[in-house]
Amino acid sequence: MIEFISLNPLLSALIALAALGLSFGAILGFGAVKFAVEGDPIVEQINAILPQTQCGQCGYPGCKPYAEAIAEGDAINKCPPGGEAGINELANLLDREPLALDDDHGQEDIKKVAFIREEECIGCTKCIQACPIDAILGAAKVMHTVISSECTGCDLCVEPCPVDCIDMLPVSVGTQAWKWQIPERNPFYNANIIASDQRSVDTPKAKH
Amino acid sequence: MRKIWDIHGGIHPTENKKQSLSEPILQAAIPPYLYVPLSQHIGAAAKPIVQVGDKVLKGQAIASASAAVSVPVHAPSSGTVFAIENKTVPHPSGIDDLCIVIETDGLDQWRERKARQDFNFFADDELLSIIRNAGIAGMGGAGFPAAIKLKSNDSKPIDTLIMNGTECEPYITADHSLMLEKANDIATGLAILAKIIKPKTILFGIEDNKLDVVNGIETALNRIDFSTQSGCTTDVRVVTFPTKYPSGGEKQLIEILTGKQVPSRGLPADIGIVCHNIGTAVAIKDAVCLDQPLISRITTVTGEAVNRPRNYHVLIGTPVSFLLEQSQYQADKNNRLIMGGPMMGFALADISAPIIKTSNCILAPTEAELPTPPPAQACIRCGMCAEACPASLLPQQLYWFSQGKELEKLEQHNIADCIECGACSYVCPSNIPLVQYYRASKTDIKQREIDHHNAELAKRRFDTRQDRLIRLEQEKIAAKQARQAARKKTNPPNDKPPTANTSAANADTTATTDNAEREATVKAAIERATIKKATLSTTTDDPVARAQAKREAQLAQDQADPEAKLKRAVESAQQRLEKLQIKLAAAKESDDPNVNILEAGLEKAQSKLISSQQALDDYKKASHSED
Repeated sequence: MIEFISLNPLLSALIALAALGLSFGAILGFGAVKFAVEGDPIVEQINAILPQTQCGQCGYPGCKPYAEAIAEGDAINKCPPGGEAGINELANLLDREPLALDDDHGQEDIKKVAFIREEECIGCTKCIQACPIDAILGAAKVMHTVISSECTGCDLCVEPCPVDCIDMLPVSVGTQAWKWQIPERNPFYNANIIASDQRSVDTPKAKH
Repeated sequence: MRKIWDIHGGIHPTENKKQSLSEPILQAAIPPYLYVPLSQHIGAAAKPIVQVGDKVLKGQAIASASAAVSVPVHAPSSGTVFAIENKTVPHPSGIDDLCIVIETDGLDQWRERKARQDFNFFADDELLSIIRNAGIAGMGGAGFPAAIKLKSNDSKPIDTLIMNGTECEPYITADHSLMLEKANDIATGLAILAKIIKPKTILFGIEDNKLDVVNGIETALNRIDFSTQSGCTTDVRVVTFPTKYPSGGEKQLIEILTGKQVPSRGLPADIGIVCHNIGTAVAIKDAVCLDQPLISRITTVTGEAVNRPRNYHVLIGTPVSFLLEQSQYQADKNNRLIMGGPMMGFALADISAPIIKTSNCILAPTEAELPTPPPAQACIRCGMCAEACPASLLPQQLYWFSQGKELEKLEQHNIADCIECGACSYVCPSNIPLVQYYRASKTDIKQREIDHHNAELAKRRFDTRQDRLIRLEQEKIAAKQARQAARKKTNPPNDKPPTANTSAANADTTATTDNAEREATVKAAIERATIKKATLSTTTDDPVARAQAKREAQLAQDQADPEAKLKRAVESAQQRLEKLQIKLAAAKESDDPNVNILEAGLEKAQSKLISSQQALDDYKKASHSED
């Protein structure tokens, strides 16, 4: 054995490398089959960030299809209910540049919920069929009502209503749900730039 | 002398405590109206159990706890429930919230009380339910329901009870005056707490700017045998330590007195410690021994815009404006009214907001005393905020992340451990309102958690619905297939191979006759349909068009025969008249209020009948004369 190696150093090295390659290849191949991940985990992660309003404003029939499209490379700024915060989270997850919300798909709005003016409802069940998350209660020819705690504010029920009795009302903010706001920046001078930062901001201008 | 520890950071703002201590605690007058908010602290709002117009007695429960973290609310004085509506409440938002408004009768008449000086009469769980039913929420600041803190948890045994008599924030002397004047009540309350918690050590923490109370507290504590109360050898110590803001924060005080740190995002109970404010101890004593629920508290009214700064024993629900009047408030001197201290308090949007269970101070400073903060300038990365932070956080980093709304990074930098003490903003040379950034980001983080939770629920509902729709669709298809299969069985197809040659011919002929018959009926049906369509000259599924067609047909007929139309008019008028007469008779019998309307209708119908009869006669005459 030793003799063979010392006589044919090149050949023995090749054999050793080939043997190592084969055995590691076998281990990796086995591992890939044994610990295979089913489905695309990134889609699930993207879907977890999307607000699940199922409103279709992104142009896809629900949040999951849009999540799949994002995983395939679609833009991350087509979700108005998710808003800026949602885009930032997606950008973090996918390591992409956070973009401004795409206006073609709507504006970021305060949270609203659907409200049925019950005396006007004729009980046609069209809104019930339109609601993607079963948040409307009712039966044929009796009044319908929205379970406001479940409503995501997707406004898909507004359009099918033949008597136009559904309003999208902003959710009222009580003392419990009230939020502190980030202080407004001083409009008179840019309060966030100190002298050392100023130079880097000004450099592109000061070319001449 | 017990060893004391130091905390990281902290500041030494001007204390300004002397002003309000020059006079003893004064019982504030009863205002004409008390505004008692239903939500006065952390947790769910209470549910009103009285109605507008009800008479209430002092101490009577007017709202009950609605959830686990919730306490009831009691009437602070006797009177009538004037309204239950949204009123201005002390909250940084200035948003109105539900209040029970009581019009006081001035009698201040108590409900029946069962005073029991010896609290040993009660079992521990009875004491707990008394404390809960008395509506006691922490009197320190956050107002956490006291009974929940006291509930024993076998997995987290408590060995140290800390009494917080620190009151580290400038201006406020509510706890200081309470310790001066009610040392015995505090001691009794502490004994009750010791009986429930059974601690091995009781530490009474007092800052060294309040050394005048130490003797009184020690004498009061020495009168009680805490070891008998807790059932084990209990060591009681009054510990004084150097004044520094914010040593009165729960986690800070624990570190100062025991050297232990409460784990990040944990509770003091995790390291076997529980901390209560002295105000809470007095409230517990009043509830247990005097059967008095929490309906009043000590509130400091101070600042240079009041002529008589002092402490008041004030009923919950008293409007701030009413309290300020008693201290000779000068509104023109005051630049902004603050509830709480200068560090952690908030500006009151409305002077008529009421005192609540957590209102320890009303501060009315002049502009010279507490100037409006100058506009924020750029952060110069001096790092003073990090040196001042008592929670050892990195305020500067948190500031950048807050501006960039990087919530994930904020969480990684433990923004949850920020106690919002304001030390960083106080030392900031650029006057950046740092705490406001953190508060905003904290609420954003909380909101994001709620949103994610809701999104998860919505997703589950959406998925369930999709599954159901698919299932229904499949069931429909299956049912259709089953129907088709069943039909095939009952009506065997015609091209079925004949069993015998002789019957084959017969079968063929019957089949052809069957087919011929069916074809004939179908043809007839189609013809009928086309005729019907032609007469209506419209599609049958449009009711409006159908109605129009009918009307047109009628019109055409009328033009062909005008006499028939007139006759029909007379007939219908007669019919209407008869119907009305019957109705009127019935209405008269039952004294219906609509009799007048019916009579008027009858007259109209009669005149219509006459006019239509006239028209018919005219037509007949005309046609006769033509003839």
